[in-house]
Amino acid sequence: MAAASGLAVDERTGPPLPWAPLLKDALLAAVIAALLALPLVGLQTYDIGGGALGIATHFDWVAWGAAAVFAGRLALRLLPQFRTGRRGTGPTPVSRLTAWAGRQAVPITLAGIALAAALPFLPFSSRYLIDLGTTVLIYVMLGWGLNVVVGLAGLLDLGYVAFYAVGAYTFGLLARDLDFSFWEALPFSGLVAASFGILLGFPVLRLRGDYLAIVTLGFGEIIRIVLLNWASLTGGPNGIGGIPRPSFFGLAFARSAPEGVTTFHQFFGLEFSPDHRVIFLYFVILGMALITNVFTLRIRKLPLGRAWEALREDETACRALGINPTNVKLSAFAIGAMFGGLAGCFFATRQGFISPESFTFIESATILAIVVLGGMGSQMGVVLAAILLVSLPEFGRAFAEFRMLIFGAAMVAVMVWRPRGLIAHREPTVWLGTRRRAARIAP
Amino acid sequence: MAYFLQQLINGLTLGSIYGLIAIGYTMVYGIVGMINFAHGEIYMIGAFISIIAFLVLGLAGITYVPLALAVVLLTTMAFTSLYGWTVERVAYRPLRGSFRLAPLISAIGMSIFLQNYVQIFQGARVKPMPPLIQGGLTILESGGFAVRLSYLQLLIILLTFVLMAGFTSLIAATPLGRAQRACEQDMRMASLLGIDVDRVIALTFVMGAALAAVAGLMVTLYYGVVDFFIGFLAGVKAFTAAVLGGIGSLPGAMLGGILIGLIEAFWSGYFSVEYKDVSVFVVLILVLVFRPTGLVGRPDVEKV
Repeated sequence: MAAASGLAVDERTGPPLPWAPLLKDALLAAVIAALLALPLVGLQTYDIGGGALGIATHFDWVAWGAAAVFAGRLALRLLPQFRTGRRGTGPTPVSRLTAWAGRQAVPITLAGIALAAALPFLPFSSRYLIDLGTTVLIYVMLGWGLNVVVGLAGLLDLGYVAFYAVGAYTFGLLARDLDFSFWEALPFSGLVAASFGILLGFPVLRLRGDYLAIVTLGFGEIIRIVLLNWASLTGGPNGIGGIPRPSFFGLAFARSAPEGVTTFHQFFGLEFSPDHRVIFLYFVILGMALITNVFTLRIRKLPLGRAWEALREDETACRALGINPTNVKLSAFAIGAMFGGLAGCFFATRQGFISPESFTFIESATILAIVVLGGMGSQMGVVLAAILLVSLPEFGRAFAEFRMLIFGAAMVAVMVWRPRGLIAHREPTVWLGTRRRAARIAP
Repeated sequence: MAYFLQQLINGLTLGSIYGLIAIGYTMVYGIVGMINFAHGEIYMIGAFISIIAFLVLGLAGITYVPLALAVVLLTTMAFTSLYGWTVERVAYRPLRGSFRLAPLISAIGMSIFLQNYVQIFQGARVKPMPPLIQGGLTILESGGFAVRLSYLQLLIILLTFVLMAGFTSLIAATPLGRAQRACEQDMRMASLLGIDVDRVIALTFVMGAALAAVAGLMVTLYYGVVDFFIGFLAGVKAFTAAVLGGIGSLPGAMLGGILIGLIEAFWSGYFSVEYKDVSVFVVLILVLVFRPTGLVGRPDVEKV
């Protein structure tokens, strides 16, 4: 453009920057930010006792915030100015990285699994790290389960935590009233959650995408409120405690076993260590998560999985081709719910205690954030996002406090800049013959 | 009978508040076709700004109630509208033309962000607000049960009525309202005919936020407590109201709001308080399944 206008401009810096409008724009943004922050950040209410409020002023925070917005806005507007010279010359570093990750998917996956499997035995690993790993894996499994519904079938489920809760409470109730062990209850948790998925999904799956989202949100809240108020069955806000721990093929993880039960350390002739159970739990959830993943990857290649993706792209076309949208959506809903239920069962046995407090909307939003940030439909993205989201608060109190704030902002930012998520995978798994070949030949 | 009447009054008051929030949902849905999930948080921010404005006025020594009310009403509306405008500008405008669920996900992110923003800067504790408008009328007395209509309830219902009337005429008779109706019918055609669609959408968000701010102020006065989490439930209920009335329709939103308020009041009056929120969700699901166009809405034809 510079050459066309005949101006002698340095190739590397491009045309002179229009500083005045840029500064004006940034200043405007800063003024708006200051106005926004003035009442809610600048004037902080606090209790002064006796049911009254006092006001503390923090105008310095407002000023800092406005300055940050000014700098941020200016940088945001300057960035494309510097980029114009390179535009069109090639992919950006980020897209190159994701493309590389896409090509190397198999080795990366294998390395990831190997690392996950070796984690408890690495020299620097500790009980704390394994516990954190277990939490990450629960979210990975939930993310993969929700990915079936959101990423593959394109149904936005805002009440996914309901199925997690159903799975957890199924096990809790079976254990309390019928003395079920973890392994006996696990299939029931999955089944009950899947039935709930069908039960809840059946009437509402005809709805448009965003209506469906709100209705699932309503279902999630209904389940939570019922769990909270049906005290005679669920224990209400007190929850269910004393949920049994899983056993290793009938071997208990305990220092001294009751009559007739062999403990893990006795059987293998090991020194007793409470770490055994923690490590075992870690491997259980690792196995469950990997099964979820393999199941999803395989079912994508079945007609059902193809139908999910087709439905996500164009429902009207699917209908015209003879796919029954309700049945296909229902199956995605039920399978997603089943994985949620299984994860819930594991959550119950790991905590040993469950209460409705663990199953709030924030939990649904967190799982959804993991799926969205990771890139809807991308299995590897879910892992990355889960690690990021779960371990963020561990870096310090400030991160813990600002965690959800950062999640929220990140969800908006991802939708604005990379709607396909950190690792994009919205492409259909199959192409028609010619296109597929072309894609292979292309470097 | 007296008890029924009392619940009716309570329900109408509550319904007015829901109706005001529901208008924000219904207008945005009508024009942009998205559920502004963050609208509940805008209402919560309105409630917070109003409580802060009352405190500042108290410190400044303005204690004459009508004056304080008017000043707080205007400041709250102004600041909250700015929030509504910014949310649209930051989280929704860049997404026009993105894939179908993108604006909704962005809205959920915005909602989480705003909730935590208020929680971090204003604290997680419930903020109390001393009653400002006291007294009321005793309408009926029977068997030791007095049906009361407090001045505050009267104010809420009247203010809602006035705002609704003003708003309806704004949509019906001003150039802006005409532009909004044009955008609702066909956004591309409207832009071809010289309507600045971006501006119309931004103003729609501003108007919705201003009404939500009024609702926030009234809830602050009515319940006397505010916390950072009130937006979630109120948002869902107001959305239910919008759907019940027929999303996209203004009188529908008001009607739906009042119905939801009545359902909630009668449910907690005659059945159980614990399950009053469930009643609203059940209404939402039933309406969406059996009458997705709502009570006064038009059928939605999907174009290919």
